[in-house]
Amino acid sequence: MINVLSILNRRIDLPLAGGLFVLCVLGLVVLFSASGESTGVLVSQMMRIGIGIFVMLSVAQLSPSTILRIGPIFYIAGILLLVAVAIWGDGQGAHRWIDLGYIRFQPSEILKLAVPIVIAAIVSNRSLPPSARGLLLCVLVIFVPVVLIYFQPDLGTAILVTLSGLIIIFLGGVSWRMIRYFLFLLCAFAPIVWYFIRDYQKQRILTLFSPERDPLGTGYHIIQSKIAIGSGGAYGKGWLNGTQSHLEFLPERATDFIFAVYCEEFGFVGVLVLFMAYALVVIRSIVILYDAQDTFSRLLGGAIIFTFASYVFVNIGMVVGLLPVVGVPLPLISYGGTSMVTILGSFGILMSIQTHKKFYANV
Amino acid sequence: MELKNSKFERRVLLTRFKLICVVFVLVVLVLVARLFYLQIQNNEHFSTKSLENRIKIEPLVPARGLIFSRNGKLIAGNSTSLSLVAIPEKVADMKASLARLGEKLGLDEAELRRSLVSSKGKSFEKHVLKADLTEKEAAIFAANRFQFPGISVIPNSSRHYPLGSEMAHVLGYVGRIRPEELKHLDKANYRGTRLIGKTGIERSLESLLHGTSGYQRVEVNAEGRVIRVVERQASIPGENIQLTIDFDLQREAFKALSGKVGSVVAIDPNNGEVLVAISNPSFDPNLFVNGITQGQYDALINSKERRLFNRFLRGQYPPGSTIKPIVALGALEAGIKRHDVSVFCPGFFRLTENGRPYRCWAKKGHGNVNMSASIVQSCDVYYYSLAKKFGIQGLHDSLTLFGLGEKTGVNLPGEKAGLVPSADWKRENLGKSWYKGETLISGIGQGFMLATPMQLAHATSILATKGTVKTPHFFRESNHSLLNGTNLGRSDGATVILKNQDSWDLVREAMVQVVHGKSGTARTSKLANGIIFAGKTGTAQVSSVDHELELQPDEIPVHLRDHSLFIGYAPAESPVIAIAVVIENGGSGSRVAAPIAKRVVDKFFIGQSKVLTSRNK
Repeated sequence: MINVLSILNRRIDLPLAGGLFVLCVLGLVVLFSASGESTGVLVSQMMRIGIGIFVMLSVAQLSPSTILRIGPIFYIAGILLLVAVAIWGDGQGAHRWIDLGYIRFQPSEILKLAVPIVIAAIVSNRSLPPSARGLLLCVLVIFVPVVLIYFQPDLGTAILVTLSGLIIIFLGGVSWRMIRYFLFLLCAFAPIVWYFIRDYQKQRILTLFSPERDPLGTGYHIIQSKIAIGSGGAYGKGWLNGTQSHLEFLPERATDFIFAVYCEEFGFVGVLVLFMAYALVVIRSIVILYDAQDTFSRLLGGAIIFTFASYVFVNIGMVVGLLPVVGVPLPLISYGGTSMVTILGSFGILMSIQTHKKFYANV
Repeated sequence: MELKNSKFERRVLLTRFKLICVVFVLVVLVLVARLFYLQIQNNEHFSTKSLENRIKIEPLVPARGLIFSRNGKLIAGNSTSLSLVAIPEKVADMKASLARLGEKLGLDEAELRRSLVSSKGKSFEKHVLKADLTEKEAAIFAANRFQFPGISVIPNSSRHYPLGSEMAHVLGYVGRIRPEELKHLDKANYRGTRLIGKTGIERSLESLLHGTSGYQRVEVNAEGRVIRVVERQASIPGENIQLTIDFDLQREAFKALSGKVGSVVAIDPNNGEVLVAISNPSFDPNLFVNGITQGQYDALINSKERRLFNRFLRGQYPPGSTIKPIVALGALEAGIKRHDVSVFCPGFFRLTENGRPYRCWAKKGHGNVNMSASIVQSCDVYYYSLAKKFGIQGLHDSLTLFGLGEKTGVNLPGEKAGLVPSADWKRENLGKSWYKGETLISGIGQGFMLATPMQLAHATSILATKGTVKTPHFFRESNHSLLNGTNLGRSDGATVILKNQDSWDLVREAMVQVVHGKSGTARTSKLANGIIFAGKTGTAQVSSVDHELELQPDEIPVHLRDHSLFIGYAPAESPVIAIAVVIENGGSGSRVAAPIAKRVVDKFFIGQSKVLTSRNK
């Protein structure tokens, strides 16, 4: 038995897989409640998890160098698909989806993985810290897909793709002077960005500061979400007993606001359990990165795990009313299409970093 | 690939790693603090909000109490009516929907819009477009329902008056609560109540009839649809009331009054129970229940017949000769006149030697008239001479003893007090001093003097019982416990005590002779079955035109003709019914009012004997 486990541990990373498994199970439990006890939704989410695990295990078998080589191909393919979606795309109000008959997926998901791979490749190609030329290339690599994603429009994904690239540049040891310049530019351009973002996005940001000013409009999400969370109390109303979700006061309860359903039914104690499950995954990933053997792996792994954590923070920050309502799902918990596959796939990269290091060491 | 210092790179990387980790730990702390703030610190606040979200309180409207006649006939009941309602929020295009409704159901579009605009409530609540739909309208709507999202037909509890106009002025009617009425109501108890008593018994007994509102706490979803009932407090229906009105008698009186304008009031003098109260012409109270249309209302208000006017309660008429028995009693009691001293009636009376003549109704005069004859033949000259001696204050005091000039206290809203004039009254209200001539005509119930039919019936009851004052009322003894004794008037149980009890017998015998004597003014109105009927006719002048111009009765314009009055009670020895009849512009009391009284009292005794014979069997 121990033998089987240790063999398995060579191909995948068991502690990481365990943490991910716990999160997926918690996700299914709360999704069943949030979907109004729909087995259809449950089965479809389980299928996505299945596909995600398959992708994760497959990626884990690739060596980091292979990933480095095929990254740019995915990057270019992703850009082309984004252009295609912008022209022919099919989506409700937003051009995000590609319909392959039986599978619909968002090409922006590919770029969530491809952008950090390409950036990590560029940064690790030369000695750290990255040169000005290297940085310029990185900015270009980030900028092109982000603009395309932004105009879908999908502000949340655009920000997170940018973030995944910037994290690598930061980890790469870019000088603090450069970071100061960057922050200065960000502040200078903020008013222009404000001018460019769409009305509903402005509305979401304004609503953040005073949700009560429009209780039936944009503020409704945040108000109902806070009621759901707050009424959960320390121990929650119990599984399947959340009134805010079951009586449909809470909007987007199976997707972006699923954390509110969780809080309502499992309370503050449940929240701590969920946070510990996330912490297990993140801490195990950081341990892997400490042991990683080359810069590319560390940069890419760092980008993956910190982006993952950022997803969690942005979603929860939004649901608890600390951040504007941007459409970011809660990783591994929210009911959602391709993001489940992307996230599990990205953990496949982390496993690949771990298992291939071990493999070399054993040889 | 150029050579890289991997140890250096690892150190750089891991330093930055730690930095991000520190930031992330801080973020986690912020999120945990936020969740602690929401879930632990403010749990109570948000739990309340969550409860408010899902729990709505719905009123349970109590069934209104039923009203029965004394014979147990239902005279006010509840029925279910169908109402067309709209939830404005759910109606995409209200204008088009109303137009389509008007077209499909054959309803007036403007009327629909008017009731939508006038109905209170928020845009997510139900607004009544049309109450009391016919079955056909409801069926057409049901068939076309898909065309009208946000509009539906709902059942409503409604009021129904099976006898229509026969009971209208006693029962009054209920109608939709107006916003200004709501201010004076217990809002918790009237939450959800649609109808409230507007006049008559429906209004005076509103607090008994309404009952106590219940409620149910229901769980609703975000759309407001009821998911389940959490808690239920049933409503307590209103009290069922039995009235004193004798339905058969009421109907007989109503028939007797048909085509005439006037009132009949009959009271059981022994307990004040009102057996009959009619004001004619009447109206259909059912019209008001679910909202009368403007056209119907205008027709009622503008008609010269004044159908809504409650004549027995608010109609004030000169009582004419019907007060003569009371005036005679007062004079005997005060020692002004002895019954056996006669007055010569030449057909007129002068205050001074050459003053204007005050005429007796009998132009040729009655000759020598004693007190008894003065009542039997209704000699005016006798009362001119009596009034001259008695003075206005004496007349005033005598009449007031019998409840004239003040409200009887009958429990119906809007009663009028009539008027018994005095010198003080004239000075205060008209700013003029009293003339002696005014005293003379007051002696025959003319001039300023006014009385309602209810007051006349009440005064007659006091005569009938030799002074026992029972406030007229509409509620059977069985209901009195409900009323807590408070609603039964001021002077109930009081007695008019005379120094000389023989005076009663003298006047009452004279009243018997009015009907049964050879020269009695109501000798054509004897009762069937030989029951002794005591009464007094009255013919009240509306204007002096007939006397001045010496016109024949049918040459006088109708609205200037005399009012025809009659008061009476039977059986004379131990009366069980006292009655007052007033017919506006009816002419002579003996020819018009007395026969109507006879017809009603006859019916009463026929009913009684039926009851008696059936009991004996």
